[in-house]
Amino acid sequence: MKIEILGMGCPKCKKTTQNAQLAIEELGIEAEIVKVEELDKITEYGVMMTPALVIDGEVKVAGKIPSKQEIISWIEVKK
Amino acid sequence: MEQCCCNDTKTRLVYSCSGCADVGEIADQVARKLTRDGYGKMTCLASISAGISGTIASAKGADENVAIDGCSVACARKTLENIGVKPTEAYFLTDMYLEKGKTTVSEEIIAVVSEQIKQGIASEVPPKQEQGKNKNAGWFCGSC
Repeated sequence: MKIEILGMGCPKCKKTTQNAQLAIEELGIEAEIVKVEELDKITEYGVMMTPALVIDGEVKVAGKIPSKQEIISWIEVKK
Repeated sequence: MEQCCCNDTKTRLVYSCSGCADVGEIADQVARKLTRDGYGKMTCLASISAGISGTIASAKGADENVAIDGCSVACARKTLENIGVKPTEAYFLTDMYLEKGKTTVSEEIIAVVSEQIKQGIASEVPPKQEQGKNKNAGWFCGSC
């Protein structure tokens, strides 16, 4: 599984990355977390606000920090 | 252009039906002008219809979503509603004294409608328009 965090590296993007990491740890799954900071790549997703979180190519949230629990629920649907 | 939520400014996304009728064209131009004027940020309605996850997530995460429809068929509003987003404001240009198929697309009308939307009013003074000059515009469109 690939989890991408879209954002320019602001504190909210870092918090999103942290929550994604916690979600992965809690589920005990193997997943790659990739930070995407290039504007061109971010806009390719159609995202208008960051932070955004993408799981296997699908944007799950944009413009707010998802909680660890939310991320867990999205991952579980994908499993 | 994406916006970082760290700057704490309100996110207002603007959608227009951009339909093929004259009023759809005006809706499109108004959305572009509102973006240039800094009122909000125009977003692709087609992208939502296409199921692009980033655009859908952006609509769900925005503080405000403004739908501008040329007519009461309400394609923009309904497209948002189809993804579970209720627009914070929805405008119909035909409620603003513009007549579908009989309205000349002009800078003046675009400016007047834009101002009315910025002020959050439907319409109090009908914008001047040259009726009948462009009477075929939009009549090929059966659905919007």
